[in-house]
Amino acid sequence: MLEQYLGVAILMAISCAIAIGMVTATTLLGPKRSFPDKDEPFECGESQIVSPYQRFSVKFYLVAVLFILFDIEAVFLFPWAVLYQRLGWFGLIEMIVFLLILGVGLMYVWVRGGLDWE
Amino acid sequence: MEPITAPIIDFTSLAPVLVLSVFAMMVLLVDLFIGRNKSVLVFISLVGLLCAAVSAFAKGTEIPVSSFNGAYIVDRLSIFFTMIFCMSSALAILLAVEYNKREGIRVGEYYSLILFCTVGMIVLASATDLIMIFLGIEIVSICLYVLAGIRRTDPKSNEAALKYFLLGAFATGFLLYGMTLLYGTTGSVKLATIAQLLNSGEVLAQPLMLLGVVLLVIGFGFKVAAVPFHMWAPDVYQGAPTPVTAFMAVGPKAAAFAAFYRLFAEGIPELAPTWQMTLSIVAVFSMFFGNLGAIMQTNIKRLLAFSSVSHVGYILIAVIAKDTLGSASLMFYMLSYAFMIFGIFGIIIILGRKGHENLELEHYSGLGFKHPLLALCMTMFMLSLGGMPPLAGFVAKFYIFQAALNEGFLWLVIIAVLNSAISFYYYLKVIVFMYMKEPIGEFKISLTPITLFVVAVGIIGTLELGIFPGPIIFLAQY
Repeated sequence: MLEQYLGVAILMAISCAIAIGMVTATTLLGPKRSFPDKDEPFECGESQIVSPYQRFSVKFYLVAVLFILFDIEAVFLFPWAVLYQRLGWFGLIEMIVFLLILGVGLMYVWVRGGLDWE
Repeated sequence: MEPITAPIIDFTSLAPVLVLSVFAMMVLLVDLFIGRNKSVLVFISLVGLLCAAVSAFAKGTEIPVSSFNGAYIVDRLSIFFTMIFCMSSALAILLAVEYNKREGIRVGEYYSLILFCTVGMIVLASATDLIMIFLGIEIVSICLYVLAGIRRTDPKSNEAALKYFLLGAFATGFLLYGMTLLYGTTGSVKLATIAQLLNSGEVLAQPLMLLGVVLLVIGFGFKVAAVPFHMWAPDVYQGAPTPVTAFMAVGPKAAAFAAFYRLFAEGIPELAPTWQMTLSIVAVFSMFFGNLGAIMQTNIKRLLAFSSVSHVGYILIAVIAKDTLGSASLMFYMLSYAFMIFGIFGIIIILGRKGHENLELEHYSGLGFKHPLLALCMTMFMLSLGGMPPLAGFVAKFYIFQAALNEGFLWLVIIAVLNSAISFYYYLKVIVFMYMKEPIGEFKISLTPITLFVVAVGIIGTLELGIFPGPIIFLAQY
């Protein structure tokens, strides 16, 4: 019964090895030039001590909404992919229709400039 | 691995929905690649609505047909309402052509949103399953939230959209909660199964179920703007662009009533004594608050908003009288209401011009002398809304009262008649302004052909339904 998990165990081992290996390698090989800014806790390039009441660009909102929209719709692909063979032609055609409709939405957002930052 | 068999999809039942969805996406895409002239979109939308209206008859004479495992039905009610939806969406699009140009609303999304909204309305009128009803309500509501705020630079329009969205989302929560309780107590989302279970007496009068019904009344009450869930209506009606207001007052309201009727009269008729009482109270309050509220208004759009609240009260009586005449009178009322409302809003649009919408009642002073024909049309619509024979409004009310009397709701009919009398006060007030006051300024109106055409359609419909109601009421009856 344990053999079944052998593959998982190997996968875990390899990924652990890669992660540890990379951290070790950068520690050993990477250049170390320290300066004050670099030693600060780092969060997405934001300054650490600012007023919480600052304004931020509404563009973030649009990007976030679009991301969630397309991300959630993409989730539908996973159950379909799992049952791909059993669903046969019906599933394929349904998914093509679904993706076409999704494509209409994407095209709309694209041409309307929803994906442009400026 | 054995293949999963594909479910049977009844494409002919779905025909209007599919046709409209395709046309709506087409409008959306075409809009991206044309310039500022949106006439092509108007044309495509109207063709789409026409095709949808024709395809509603795809089932021919074999109706009623239930498909999708009892979740979707094509019957007289759904076909009749599909006709009302296609017509009102077409009129809303026609009203917008010149209005949008005048007011500088250059968004092609208007047309695709109206079409998507119509898809939702058709789903709503054909749904016989709680999930489908919810789906329909959401499609309709989301389109309306955007449509209400489609004048992006106008603060009033933004206010309307935001108010409608926040309250609407809240009400949808109530609706959904009611549906879950109904599902929880019966174990089914299909209206037919729920009705069957109730009939067999297995779940009758469980407190949870009754709570669910009350929550459903709240949710639907909000969607149709019945008192005490009507607070959004005046602000949203006033703030939304005029063609959107007209559309909102007719199409989505009719759709919500279709689902309302189906859910209560076909899903839970066994609980009728309970919900009839609840709805009667809501109806009485709607009539009184709507009519008394309208008396105070000086803005025509707010006046019509309150008047529509009172009309919701009358229409609720048709839901309460749930027999076949109840549904027929519901259909007839919504159809005649559509003609009247689009006619009135057409006149409102004509009376405005760029930057000056002239929505105060005093702007109507003296219209009767300057533009007698227009004033005559307005008079007819106002009298018809009040219920004066031989206009459509009278016949519509007559059938509703008849249906209520058949079910023994004499007291409701008396209150409704009293309210009709009250309503004449403010409908006549508009007429008094038009004929008995001196004009306050020069009339600079925009007599544009397409809007005039909509008014003409409204007048013809109001007269036709008032004088020869027979054929339509025959079509509406089962």
